[in-house]
Amino acid sequence: MLNLTSAIALTMLALSAGLTFVRLVRGPSLPDRVISIDLIGILVVCVLVVVAGDSGQQAFLDVAMVIALISFVGTVAYARYLERGRP
Amino acid sequence: MIDWIAGGLAVAGATLALLAGVGVLRMPDVFTRMQASTKASTLGLGCLLAALAIRHPDVAIVMKAISIGAFMMLTTAVSAHVIARAAALTGAPLWSGTSIDERPVRRGDGDEASG
Repeated sequence: MLNLTSAIALTMLALSAGLTFVRLVRGPSLPDRVISIDLIGILVVCVLVVVAGDSGQQAFLDVAMVIALISFVGTVAYARYLERGRP
Repeated sequence: MIDWIAGGLAVAGATLALLAGVGVLRMPDVFTRMQASTKASTLGLGCLLAALAIRHPDVAIVMKAISIGAFMMLTTAVSAHVIARAAALTGAPLWSGTSIDERPVRRGDGDEASG
């Protein structure tokens, strides 16, 4: 059973991810979509931190750190593609 | 008392993350969206990590929380800078209420892009 504040926090994070997904679908240009994907990665890290605080399992924090690393590398790679891939 | 502080920090961090989502959806421009997403989500993650460290005062969990926070504070700024630079170099449209545009002329952008 989740703690009450953890349930509230997870609901807010899910709502934020939904709003960001709307921008990911509607985004008029490619940098908007890259920003949305970056924010969704940060929100996944936030969800993992809340779940780790609720359950006390340390493995969630390791997963959060790895997802933060991969998200950063992916964002930088997208930015390099945006700069170089333009004709 | 500890539970109250941790719960308040968790709700505050989630509220800041929700503000980041609202900002990304509602802001009119690539650059304003970028700064809304970056700042609000960094502070929200910091609040959530503080709540985690207060709720579980264990050495391993606190050290992991500090390392995640420091890493995200470094990489979020770097990735926001890189995205904003790519958007500026590829000629992203600005908001109609922008008062000053200090971007260089974006013809022949191969020289600036390699620096």
